[in-house]
Formats: sequence, structure tokens, C-alpha cells
Amino acid sequence: MKKRLRKWRLISLFAIMTLILAGCGEANLSALKPAGEVAQKQFDLMVLSTLIMVVVIIVVVILFVTAIVRFRRKDGDESIPKQVEGSHKLEVIWTTIPILLLIIMAIPVVTYTFELADTSAMEVKDKDGKTKDAVVINVRANLYWWEFEYPDYGIFTSQDLVVPTDEKVYFNLEASDVKHSFWVPAAGGKMDTNVDGVNQMYLVFDSKKSNEAQNLFYGKCAELCGPSHALMDFKVVTKSKDDFNSWVKSMQTVAKEPKVAEGELAQQGQEIFNQSCIGCHAVSTSGNGAGMGPNLANFGERERIAGFLPHDKENLKNWIKAPDDYKPGNTMAGKYGELTDEQIDALAEYLLNLKVEDK
Amino acid sequence: MSTYAKKQGFGATLWDFMTTVDHKKIAILYLISGGLFFILGGLEAMFIRIQLAVPDNNFMSAGVFNEMITMHGTTMIFLAAMPILLGIMNAVMPLQIGARDVAFPFLNSLGFWMFFFGGVMLNLSWFLGGAPDAGWTSYASLSIHSQGHGVDFYVLGLQISGFGTLIAGINFLVTIINMRTPGMTYMRMPMFTWTTFVVSALILFAFPPLTVGLTLMLFDRMFGANFFDAAAGGNTIIWEHLFWIFGHPEVYILILPAFGIFSEILATFSRKRLFGYSSMVFATVLIGFLGFMVWAHHMFTVGLGPIANAIFAVATMAIAVPTGIKIFNWIFTMWGGSVRFTVPMLYAVSFIPSFTMGGVTGIMLAAAPADYQYHDSYFVVAHFHYVIVGGVVLGILAGITYYWPKIFGTMLNETLGKFTFWLFLIGFHLTFFIQHFLGLWGMPRRVFTYLPGQGWDISNLVSTIGAMFMAVGVIILLINIIITSVKNVRVGNDPWGDGRTLEWAIPSPPPFYNFKQLPLARGLDAYWIEKMEGKKEMTPAEPLGDIHMPNGSIIPICITFGLFVASFGALYNMDADKPWTIPVIIIGLLITFGSMLIRSIKDDHGFHIHKEDLMDDKDKEVKA
Repeated sequence: MKKRLRKWRLISLFAIMTLILAGCGEANLSALKPAGEVAQKQFDLMVLSTLIMVVVIIVVVILFVTAIVRFRRKDGDESIPKQVEGSHKLEVIWTTIPILLLIIMAIPVVTYTFELADTSAMEVKDKDGKTKDAVVINVRANLYWWEFEYPDYGIFTSQDLVVPTDEKVYFNLEASDVKHSFWVPAAGGKMDTNVDGVNQMYLVFDSKKSNEAQNLFYGKCAELCGPSHALMDFKVVTKSKDDFNSWVKSMQTVAKEPKVAEGELAQQGQEIFNQSCIGCHAVSTSGNGAGMGPNLANFGERERIAGFLPHDKENLKNWIKAPDDYKPGNTMAGKYGELTDEQIDALAEYLLNLKVEDK
Repeated sequence: MSTYAKKQGFGATLWDFMTTVDHKKIAILYLISGGLFFILGGLEAMFIRIQLAVPDNNFMSAGVFNEMITMHGTTMIFLAAMPILLGIMNAVMPLQIGARDVAFPFLNSLGFWMFFFGGVMLNLSWFLGGAPDAGWTSYASLSIHSQGHGVDFYVLGLQISGFGTLIAGINFLVTIINMRTPGMTYMRMPMFTWTTFVVSALILFAFPPLTVGLTLMLFDRMFGANFFDAAAGGNTIIWEHLFWIFGHPEVYILILPAFGIFSEILATFSRKRLFGYSSMVFATVLIGFLGFMVWAHHMFTVGLGPIANAIFAVATMAIAVPTGIKIFNWIFTMWGGSVRFTVPMLYAVSFIPSFTMGGVTGIMLAAAPADYQYHDSYFVVAHFHYVIVGGVVLGILAGITYYWPKIFGTMLNETLGKFTFWLFLIGFHLTFFIQHFLGLWGMPRRVFTYLPGQGWDISNLVSTIGAMFMAVGVIILLINIIITSVKNVRVGNDPWGDGRTLEWAIPSPPPFYNFKQLPLARGLDAYWIEKMEGKKEMTPAEPLGDIHMPNGSIIPICITFGLFVASFGALYNMDADKPWTIPVIIIGLLITFGSMLIRSIKDDHGFHIHKEDLMDDKDKEVKA
């Protein structure tokens, strides 16, 4: 019994350590596979605190197991143990050692807290009022979808966040209806999108780590926001600085001259869109319409339908037909009347051809 | 002649319990209703785990899932853990300090019925249009946005039951300050009494912020006030502050009594006095104090800025020091002792490593930058279940088993108890250990489902299987309780054989006046001291005399029932199509204030047990 107990404890401890040190989980989703400076710092802190805590646990477990094994009562033992009041020496030891351990931990904690909160580069503007040399993205969280605005480039997108690698990407975070929380686990910790004001943070996406994750990271909403909280996913597409710049350029081009649908079905779809959907959804990258629904300007190039369904026509049609079946409580359902299957087909064709980068 | 000896019909028993002001009977009421709510919360937990067992599950809808998690959290904290602990405090604390009852028996009853009707009200929401669905934290933007009356049930139900808890806390404070038996100085009080004392102080200071928060939310939802409506100039962060200024001390309100229970059990079954008693007292007080200084660690990601985050991070880490002191003192209580592994002791022993695990993840969470990753992920779910299940629930199970003979006069079956213990402990670690990793792998909490292919599938299944183990453990406990009650084998004063404190010096269950003569406490572990000198009983501190006892009263139920009725009126008052709500509010308040008026103008002096009635044969012989 005693051996088994000790062995079990040790095994579980080693299991924790191997898992933590080796990293685990999916490269595009796990906080244990840090993909940039922010996540790396947080990971280092996790490792440091885990190590200290494992030391604590080992000490406690050794004392604990010794106590319950050595001092078991034998059958029929009626002796009365010595009634010890306590020990000043011991009390001092187990008060000071934890304090020392905590100081070791507190120093990096406080340092990193300030480092990670440093978003001063966002405030440095050139004479046009644009951020001097930092990529700034305004994130607006809405009931079950995300809007990303690049204020310095004058473009909007949604659901898929496109970022350059190997530099600090700064975010302004806010919510338009209820509180959400913006989280890209592999790139760094979360920050809430409040309804009361704007929060600022930055993330870094390392190009090598991004390649390992196929340049696609998973983003999550981390604050309970209603029935479809679980489905409020977004994706982060990482591009090298050059690719990012050319993406921005194409987005800006589309902003100036919106694309015209090609092909009969798609044109039909565009007409339906202009009647039923345009009240909420913008198809130009230059604005977000009324801000009611996701900007769809590059919808054809997105990773998922509605943030989480596989990106194909079938899912898109199903989604348009009955959004509430997929994301209960969403604000899209019931806004555009009944569409026939043919109409939905045309609409899907149109939407899937909304691309900005295809030459 | 004890009333316990009388055989009563069911109706008479029911009436007896409805009107009782006896702390021991109120304890039983707390335990029964807390137990029922615990089973309810447990069922909700099982439904949650079934839904999450496999990816893309459709066992329940997203909306119902959110109601489940909200009610699971709210029920377990407010209606299960806290009442059961209040029950154990009620049953044990007055006995431990050698008192005949609490200071305000009438208020004690009122406090219970407030909790009870508040809890019933909250749970009626399931049948009246849907339960609250904004999480047990009920963050303002979402709870204001929430449709239906769910959140209104939350607000009113918690308001009523919160008053009950506040009343109980004040009552215990006054009792401990004023009603200790001669010789029972503060530094001779048993550890469980000390934790009750500190917890009551925490209740006194922690519940008012909740009351304020709930009132503001009530105004927002019922009268269209804009305290939490950002668009109209309100601020939702205020709710978060108010909630956590209450919410964090609440965590210590739950865990400190468990600490107290374990301190008693570890000392008893090691046959050794609690190691470092005075530093344990000091640590308890310090934890209680620091508990008010750290609430913003629940809000590291809110954007309070690096200064606030750094301060609260360091303050939170500081709590580890007194908690560590306690852990080591418990271990050294066993060290050099004579340790006997009864069921309560098994819980106490397993609590030490389990709670340490939860404690160290607490320190990890305190590291603010790392918390940005942990926050609102399954890591947090794992952490707080490790401290609440590994600490509070193990404490409750230990306390129930340990004090069962004192409360009911029978012993729970040890073999069945061991089955429950092992199933529960293994199930607990199986359920929650893996959740640390789920969180680190990116799984947010409070998700009603998850997509396959994110590396979470097997771990979630493991977690669900663990939950089944815990459920089986609890079912065996229920069977154990039924068997024990049916067999009804009575036990003596000190059935565990190693009792140290005053409660073990009197019969199980004690007579309704507890102590015929108030005992003289000659040191810490007063009963143990007498036993070591070869005495069977406590030295009396007073001559045998008449005992003044309070009368039972139905008024507490009436007062609470009025509030319950009025709450329903208030709840539906915001619907334009319900004209009956105003009369209902008025009737409800009339019942409440009418009952209070009766209480005020009717003189109730209680009654005396006469000296002659207290004398048993032995006393009479001596006299003759």
C-alpha cells in the first residue's frame, strides 16, 4: 500500500513534468506550444511556477507519506502519544521557505505583467495620424462573430484575422453587445472585449512556429456570452510581411472598386444579396456596413463558414437556410425572410466567389 | 425527561421541525435540504459531463446547457456546500464551546428558512420558463441581455438565501463571543469553532457587497435602471468587482470550515493535539483577512492595467504562506501520533495531497501573465474543483461521517463508507486532473460542445468516466445512510473513542438543553484533559439549576414565506400583461411584516426546565 501510493504519486508527477516540458496539444491551439514572444513568456512562467510547485508537492508528499506510514496505529495499541504543542523552529522554516519561493516567482511575474502590458507603440503616430511603425488591428466582438478592422489601411474583414509574422501586432479590443474575450492560445493569453471601453494588447507570431501550424491558428471566445459561446471561433491566418503587405494591397484595391459577380448564377445571387443581406453585411472591404453582421468582402477565401463549419457550398446553404440550427441565439436568423432553395443556391455561389486575392 | 424519547407521529414531527429553534434540529434541517440540493447539483454536473463526453454531442441544447452550468455552480456553492457547512457548524459549534444553544435561536431558524425558500425559489425557475443562464457569476452584460425570467430568479433567490446566510453568520459571531462556557478562553476553543468564528466574520463583511450587487441588478432588470448598461452610461465592470469582492471571500467561507473539520479529525484519529494550534489560529485569521485583498485576481484579463494586476498577483501569492503553514501543521499533527484510518480520517488524509494540488495551481493562477492563458479555460475549472471538491466536499463528507453519531446517535457503516471514499477520490482525480491539460490545450470553459480534431476528445471522455465514479460513490453513501437509519443502533457519548472536545462528553444525540451543568474547560481539548485524568465526565462549572430555554415558533417560516410570495409578484411585475403582480407583492409583504409585528408585540419568555426534572436517578441518590 505505502509503496504503491508513493509510486503512484511519483508517476503522476513525472507525467506532469514530461507533458509540460515536452509541450502537448495541437500546434495551432495549445498554450503549451508557444508560437511567439508573448506565449513564450507565459509558457516560461508556467514552467517556472510548475517547477517550484512540483518541489512543494514533492516535499509535502514525502512528509505526508512518511507520516501516514510510520505512525499507523497497530491493532490494540492503546498507548497515548506525546501531546506536542508545536515547534517554533519548524514554524519558522515552513513560513520562510515558501516566502522565498514566492519571491523567486514574484519577480518575473511582476516584470512580465508590465512588459506584456506595454502597448506604447500604438500611440506613436505619423503626421497623417497613422500608427508609425506598428500593425494595429481593431477587434470588435459581437454575438458569435468577430470583426477585424485595420484602421491604418482603411480595410475591414471578419472571422479570419490576417496578421504578419515576426513583429508585434497590436490590438484594440471591444465588444458591441455583451462581454466576450479574445484568445489565441498558441500566440498568447486572452484579454476581455468589454462593452465599457477599449482594451489594448499585443501578440507576436513567430514565422517558424507559424509554419509548423500551417500558418493557421485557432482563436476562441473565452467569456460566456450566450448559447453559442462555444461556437464563437475565429481563425488567425499568418503571412510573411511581404505577403501581408500584398494582401493589404488587394484588400485596398477591392475597397476602391468592389468586385462584380461573374457568371449567371452568381449574378443572380448578387441581386438576392442586394435585396436581402446588404442591410447587415458589407461586401466592400472599406467599411462594415451598419456593423450588424460580418463583412463578407473576402468570404470566398475564408477558412470556415460561420466561424466553425467546413468551408463548402453545402454548409453555406444549410447555414443560410437555418442559422439557428447551427448557432442558437445568433442575430442573423429571421432577418431576411424565407428564401427558396434556388435563391440560396445562387446566393451561395455568389458568396463563395467573393475573393480579393485571386488574380 | 427528554422529548427525544417520545414517539411522535409524522405530522407532529414535521410541525416540530417547522417550529424548532433548537440548533441541533436546525442543523438537521440544513443537512437534509443542503443534501437534497447537493444531489440536484450533482445531477446537473452529470448532465454537463454527459453532454461533453464526446465532441459535437447533442444530448442537450446550448441554451439548456448554459442553464445547467449556471444552476450547477449556484446550487453547489449557495445551496449545497454552504448550508451543509452551516448545518455542521450549527450541530457542533455550540457543543464545542459548551453552550446550550446559539445566541439567537429564533434568528437561527429564520436564517435557515430564508436559505431554504431562496433555494426553492431559485430551483422553481426550471419549471417557470427556464433557469438562469448567465453563469453563476452572472456577469452584467450577459445577465442584462438574458431573455426570460431566469436571471430574475437568480437575483431574488440569492437575495433571500443570502439574507439567511448573513443572519446565520451574525448569530454565530455573537454566540462565540458571548456564550463560551467558563474556562473556554479564545485560545482554548477547538479549531472548528475558530474557523466558524472567522467564517462568520467573513460572511458579515462579504455578503453585503453581494446584496448591493444583486440590488443594483434587480433595479436594472425590474425598473430599467442603468447601473450596468454601458450604452446608457452604466458600467458592467462594477458588477464584476462587487461580485468578486463577495466571491473571493466566499471561497474561504467554504474552505475554512473544512479546514476546521479536518483539524478536529486529524487530531482525534492521531490521538494527538493539533500541532501548532496557535499558528493554526493565526493562519486562519490571516487567510480570512487576506481573502478580502485579492478579489481582482479573478479579473486579470478585464484590462485593469499592469499596476493593479501586479499588486493583486503578489497579494494572492501571499495567501500561500498561511495555507502552507496549515498543511505542514496537519502533517505534523499525524507525525508521532497513533494514526487510525477510520472513514473520516481517510477523507482527512486524502484531503492533504488533493488540496495541495489545488493550492499550487492557485499560485500558478496568481501569476498574472500566465493567468492570461489559464483564465476562463478548463485549467481554471480544474483548479477550483480541486479546491472545492478536494477541499470542501471532502471536508463535508468527512464532517458528516465524523459527526453523524453526534447528530443522529448512530454510526455510518465503515465498509460502505470506504467504498464511497475510494470511488469518490479516484473519480475526483480522474475527472479533474486531466482538465488542467484541456485548458492548456486551448479549451475554454462553459462551452456546450466542442468540435472534433482539436485534441480534446479522449480527455473529455476520461473526465466524464471519472464523474460517473463520483456519482456511484455518492449513491453508496445514500444507501449507507438509509441502512444506518433503518438499523438504528444507538451509540454512546464518544463513539470514535478518541474524542477530544466538549461535544464528545455528552450523549449522542445530546439532550435538547445540551449540558445539564455547563462544563468547566481547563484547557485546549477540554474533554481529553478530563479523560487523561481518568474522569468520565466534565467537571461542572455551575451547580445544577433551572435551565431557561426558548419556545419554538412558526413565525420564522411565516416571515420567509411572505418574502417568497412577494418575490414572485416582483419577478413577474415587469411583464406588462400581468396585473396580478401588485396584489401578490402586497399580500406577501403583509404576511412578512404582519409576522414581524406579531413577533414584536407578543411576549415570549420561553420556559424553564426545573432542576428536579434534570436530576436523573444518580443525582437523586446522591441527594438522598
